[in-house]
Amino acid sequence: MIEMKQAVTYRGAMGKTRSNLSIRYLEQYIAFGLLWLCAIVTVAVMLAIVGYVFYTGFKVIDIEFLTTPPRGGLSGEGGMSTTIVATLYLVALTLAVATPIGVGAAVYFVEYASDLLGKTGFMPRVVTVARFGVETLAGVPSIIFGLFGYVLFVSALKFGFSLLSAALAGACLILPVIIRTSEEALRTVPRAYREGSLALGATQWETVHKVVLPTALPGIITGIVLSVGRVISETAVFYVTFGGSYNMVTSLFSSGRTMALHLYYLAMDTRAFDKAMGTGAILVAFIVMINLSINLVSRRLTAREE
Amino acid sequence: MRAKRLADKLVNYILLFNALVAILVITAIALLIVRESLPAWRGIGLKELFLGTSWRPNNEMFGLLPMITGSIIVTIGAIVLGVPLAVGAAVFLAEVAPPKVRGIVRPAIELLAGIPSVVYGLFGMVVLVPLVRRIPVPGNTGYGILAASMVLAVMILPTVTNISEDAIRSVPREYREGSLALGTTRWQTIVGVLIPSARSGIVAAVVLGIGRALGETMAMIMVIGNSVVMPSPLTANPLTLVLRQTRTLTGNIAVEINYATGVHESALFATGVVLFALIMLTNTAAHTLMRGRS
Repeated sequence: MIEMKQAVTYRGAMGKTRSNLSIRYLEQYIAFGLLWLCAIVTVAVMLAIVGYVFYTGFKVIDIEFLTTPPRGGLSGEGGMSTTIVATLYLVALTLAVATPIGVGAAVYFVEYASDLLGKTGFMPRVVTVARFGVETLAGVPSIIFGLFGYVLFVSALKFGFSLLSAALAGACLILPVIIRTSEEALRTVPRAYREGSLALGATQWETVHKVVLPTALPGIITGIVLSVGRVISETAVFYVTFGGSYNMVTSLFSSGRTMALHLYYLAMDTRAFDKAMGTGAILVAFIVMINLSINLVSRRLTAREE
Repeated sequence: MRAKRLADKLVNYILLFNALVAILVITAIALLIVRESLPAWRGIGLKELFLGTSWRPNNEMFGLLPMITGSIIVTIGAIVLGVPLAVGAAVFLAEVAPPKVRGIVRPAIELLAGIPSVVYGLFGMVVLVPLVRRIPVPGNTGYGILAASMVLAVMILPTVTNISEDAIRSVPREYREGSLALGTTRWQTIVGVLIPSARSGIVAAVVLGIGRALGETMAMIMVIGNSVVMPSPLTANPLTLVLRQTRTLTGNIAVEINYATGVHESALFATGVVLFALIMLTNTAAHTLMRGRS
């Protein structure tokens, strides 16, 4: 309110200097022009990056590039097949670890802990601490997750540079993403659904897994798809936990490289920029598809709510 | 019925455990990284780590100052280049954009947020670095602070824009209407009422952007050059500072961790502790600012 008052006096003073209408509108035209420019520059930057990566990347992409394994060498010979497989394994394993925990945590926060809100005592304090954990974890930079994975999974637990180490470190990274998006999805379920179910004599858990979760499912899936994107594009964590071998990943303890890691090695170790761009184009194509599908689902959801 | 109630209790505890995993992980991260860094604090000493200007692991020199300075300068560069654009885009989306244009700009920003950091790094190496190299200054390789700041500016844009837009949108309607009813133009309402009211939210957005910039790793390694020197101008002109190759805290960890042993490895964990502390500081500041508003 104070700000409002200040603002009004400020504008009042402006009025006294007899700034007339046409000058005020001229000012507005110029300002809005600049704002439009900001938006245009933003879109142009996106188009420049995506356009350049697609244009130069798709030149090197053919069936052979996608289906042959990298052969190493100074010019980054071979294709990228094993890196696609390694990425898929890593995405699957990371989600298999993080999804149950993340959705479980979200269910607890929304369905069980909301009764504790504003109360004092032991349990509300535990919930506050748990919430703080999620908030803090979401802000931790990925290289720190990498260090953590390196010291705990690679060294202390002796998993080595492996699919397992990478997936466990990756799961820590995406856990807050899954918790937050699932919470949002659960919050959109109308209270009447819960009350109806409870009134019919269902226990809280029956209500949650037969009524609330199925209703929130599309939103939860959106969160999972979002995390798929995070794992595909993440590099720093896997750079220090996955080892970087370009051979086929055959077990939980195989070293490997994701597509993003492959891009990094191509660009930095071999300077094979053309093949790196090819890999980049595939990566960006994945991200575009993920974004499109999320938009589609969320548009459906808003349509349903209306 | 009784069995059902019992199962219900059991599920309650299982879910509670899931909810506690995040705090367990963050505690484990903090404890392990601090523990691994202890030999460095003891063996090298606070003074050498924070004030030493040389990082030469082979000669047992472990000064983090070049990397701390590098991280801070690159972040300032990204803020200077990125924030005006990001806040401008946020005001545009919240107040000016027709719905159809919004439908183009929003997904564009979402895509910018999703592009992998290695792709930004590669774009920087292939497009921006050759451009920067054209600046005729002796010793200019193209790699360095300027290229890194440009890449970072784009990478933090989605964070800053999204949170600023939310802040502007959450200004109560009465403020807007009250101002317009006094006969101000829409632009006067924006600068005189909306931006001042959303100020703490916009500042929080910028602080979160700083956090993201400090934490960025791969793209930085790819364009910043990674040489460990105290950032200083290349020539007598102080502006040539931006053409200097340097290294960030994040890059220091990633480049060396896979082969480091002994005190060297511990010094990298100490780098992690410094980075972790810096980011916790900025994030806490941002969250306090946002909470202060609501």
